[in-house]
Amino acid sequence: MLPIQRREKTVSQNDILKVEDLKKYFPVEKSFLEKMLTRSRSYVKAVDNVSFSVRKGEVFTLAGESGCGKTTTGRLIVRLIPPTSGKIFFENVEITALKGEALRVLKRRIQIIFQDPYASLNPRMKIGDAVGHPLEIHGLARNEEKRKRVLQILEHVGLTPSEKFVDLYPHQLSGGQRQRAAMARSLVLQPEFIVADEPVSMIDVSLRTAIIDLMLNLRKEFGLTYLFITHDLAIAKYISDRIAIMYLGKIVELGDKQTIFSNPMHPYTQALLSAIPVPNPERKRKTAELIGDVPSAINIPPGCRFRTRCEYAEEACKEKEPELIPVSPDHYVACDLAEK
Amino acid sequence: MDPMAQSLITVDALSVEYWTRKGKIRAVEDVSFALEKAETLGVVGESGSGKSTLGLSLIGLGPFPGRIVKGKITLKGKEILKLRKEDMRNLRGKEICYVFQDPMTSLNPVKKIGPHFVELIRTHDPKVTEEEALKRAKKLLKDVGIQPERINDYPHQLSGGMRQRVMIALAITLNPSIVVADEPTTALDVIVQAKILDLLNVLRDAYGMALILITHDLSIVLERSDEILVMYAGHVVEHSSSKDIYSNPQHPYTKGLLKSIPNIELAEQKLEAIAGSPPDLLNLPRGCRFWPRCYYVMERCRQEAPPLMNTGAEHFTRCFLYKEGKKL
Repeated sequence: MLPIQRREKTVSQNDILKVEDLKKYFPVEKSFLEKMLTRSRSYVKAVDNVSFSVRKGEVFTLAGESGCGKTTTGRLIVRLIPPTSGKIFFENVEITALKGEALRVLKRRIQIIFQDPYASLNPRMKIGDAVGHPLEIHGLARNEEKRKRVLQILEHVGLTPSEKFVDLYPHQLSGGQRQRAAMARSLVLQPEFIVADEPVSMIDVSLRTAIIDLMLNLRKEFGLTYLFITHDLAIAKYISDRIAIMYLGKIVELGDKQTIFSNPMHPYTQALLSAIPVPNPERKRKTAELIGDVPSAINIPPGCRFRTRCEYAEEACKEKEPELIPVSPDHYVACDLAEK
Repeated sequence: MDPMAQSLITVDALSVEYWTRKGKIRAVEDVSFALEKAETLGVVGESGSGKSTLGLSLIGLGPFPGRIVKGKITLKGKEILKLRKEDMRNLRGKEICYVFQDPMTSLNPVKKIGPHFVELIRTHDPKVTEEEALKRAKKLLKDVGIQPERINDYPHQLSGGMRQRVMIALAITLNPSIVVADEPTTALDVIVQAKILDLLNVLRDAYGMALILITHDLSIVLERSDEILVMYAGHVVEHSSSKDIYSNPQHPYTKGLLKSIPNIELAEQKLEAIAGSPPDLLNLPRGCRFWPRCYYVMERCRQEAPPLMNTGAEHFTRCFLYKEGKKL
């Protein structure tokens, strides 16, 4: 168990991860002159008050456009970057400020798969060494034992014959095979929770399905829970149990996938869904009108942050920021108009 | 599809090769199609299928060390592969235009938006004054949904979607009859993507241009084009109307693609993956290029390469499961 004191139970029994009011502000670098002239600092509010929980064994998806904060949220959860404020609980234990050995043990249990399999594998390390490296770092296995575990995990992710793949370098692998190797490297530590950050967006279309199916099979085999991060709602619909839609650093709607797709209530979710291409030439498309572009995350509009692009925006939307409130069991929307 | 009829553009048995140190690669082999005014042709394929090489060849920019080794491209009755460099340069922009994938890198970062237009307009017609060119630029920006004042911005001051709009405005500046859009929305978010594709449709109808839409995303071409070329490892493996490709896909690769893309309008869907991965073009399998991944592979497929056959009204498939005229 993690060597830190237990906090009181804030997580319900089947939640594996809980995030509370998480914030990440990146300071904007200023020139010397600007620093002298102005006192105030400005920040990119990448993640701005995000709360959600992930149930054991589910695929929870964070979806949204570029710049919405989905990747930053993922990185905060695996403790790659420290949050500005807020709390993260993993299996009832607060992990926000873990250090040293405790953090190392945590990282064994929470792993991440990155988007770009061309950049996430060291080009000068053989696949076998890359996959075995985490075992050495965590002092779990060496030499023969390590080799055995590496071969085993390569079989699991479909890199067969595994004896051949251990001696290959990343450039000898296709994109899909590299992503499998990256998955093997995460899985070799037998984690319970995996943050998958756009794992298929850089992979050829005909190979994507195989990777997604592999992820779903591994979930069963290893009892994994996924936080899946994607911009592609069609894939999100296929893989997820529950989906949270993010806009400018905030969750605007959260619900199980049937609800999100059949009864989207936030105007942003509606626009996002209407923009997805559907592989059917007979279908007449009607894309919802969205005004302009996403505002900068440095100057987030006060009140509802979506109101500048919303066709239903009213005076009241300028006044106060809507909170993420339940409209039905397990369906949360951050829009004051959706309630009506 | 009579190739001899007065089509806007006809491509006949085009083959493009790259000569590399490791050997010769046929990136595009024996591709033919014809396109009419105000039509959209979707070219769909994975990386390495030859779709971009095909697009670049159409505007005479077959990238070095690529060369067109065979074939004929006829644009409005003119054989453009036989044109002198200078004549081709004149044609490019005026008759046929290219919208590149990455709007971040296809505009000059040290030039404001206005001068991009001025240069293009005055290169083709030096008589136009700068003021006049800027005036036209403002109108074009308005057409693609950008405030005309942005003409004084630098590219980095615009968002990705706006830059792609500028690229499209540049492409239609000289009123070309064909626009080739190579993955025009791949770098963009889904809402922006839908808007850009809508814009291309509107412009196509307004100016009567033909549109060649090159993408890896089968959903997009099914939704947006009249006809579809499915490419695999340099070959056209299937060619038909998008309605036919959707309702009656013939080639196992097309079938596999259709089964592997998620459709949000279906309540329950089981996706099926295509086994294996695309071949190395330096090391193509003998026989059909798709056989190592094919579910229906037969002995014959490993020995000889199937030709592109007319397998139905306006439907062409490169597969031995079909015979000229009907299915076996």
